Amino acid sequence: MFFAASLALLAAMLLMLVRLFAGPSLYDRVLALNAFGTKTVLLIGLVGFVTDRPDFMDIALLYALINFVGTIAVLKFFRYRALGDIDDDAAPGKPGAPS
Amino acid sequence: MNAIIIDLVLFTLLAAVAIQIVRLNHLFVVTMLSGVFSLLTAGLFITMDAPDVAFTEAAVGAGISTVLMLGTLALTAHSQKTTKGTQTVPLLVVIATGMALIYSTFDMPAFGDPEAPSHVHVGPFYIEETPELIDVPNIVTAVLASYRGFDTLGEVVVVFMAGVGVLALLGHKPIRRAVEARAQPANRREEDA
Repeated sequence: MFFAASLALLAAMLLMLVRLFAGPSLYDRVLALNAFGTKTVLLIGLVGFVTDRPDFMDIALLYALINFVGTIAVLKFFRYRALGDIDDDAAPGKPGAPS
Repeated sequence: MNAIIIDLVLFTLLAAVAIQIVRLNHLFVVTMLSGVFSLLTAGLFITMDAPDVAFTEAAVGAGISTVLMLGTLALTAHSQKTTKGTQTVPLLVVIATGMALIYSTFDMPAFGDPEAPSHVHVGPFYIEETPELIDVPNIVTAVLASYRGFDTLGEVVVVFMAGVGVLALLGHKPIRRAVEARAQPANRREEDA
């Protein structure tokens, strides 16, 4: 039962990889990466049950958090083309700041 | 048996991702794929009953590395320079290194072998004595934080010094670019003022 679910999940991961390889746009790839991370979280949970050691669930939680942070970073990169404190130069009164 | 099938599928996906990383020139996509590579590796670590290694791989490989590479990507070009012709020498070096690594695995003990050197040397001592000597339930934590606590402290100091050094050299202000200024929306500046 859990094994069949794992196989279905691996097939879904394969589909995500196809979308990640093929694109065509960058947003498709970001979405595919995020979905792939979610699939990994589910797979870790399921693998724990397949191997009769369902005590890996906290790692699945950690993955979910990391996946979230990664997606936020990617989207911030898209928005500002930079990471880090971006508001410094845009503050008014500084030389070179856009007015 | 079931776990072996999952392992095989994960390894197939891993190989596919690696081949795509080599083939593609678009650096942003390569960054995404390296994140996927780390996630798959961490999944393999989980199936090998190494959750602590998988923890590290997920946090460092999939999380921090992706963010750092994106930060680097903001400062460099967005696609890789294509090299002309086939490069035989690097390929041969890689194949030779891979063969040497595979050859060296023949000398390793089998996976989960209780007679492996690491399981008969000092391992039993830590497993038996840690609950009495150090009142920490997790043995790995006890080794890291107590038996070799000074070593861990030294590692943390080194990492801290490296971070301070990078900050002192590069500063924390980003490189200002016209693209970035254009990306700022008008209403955001009004909020700041």
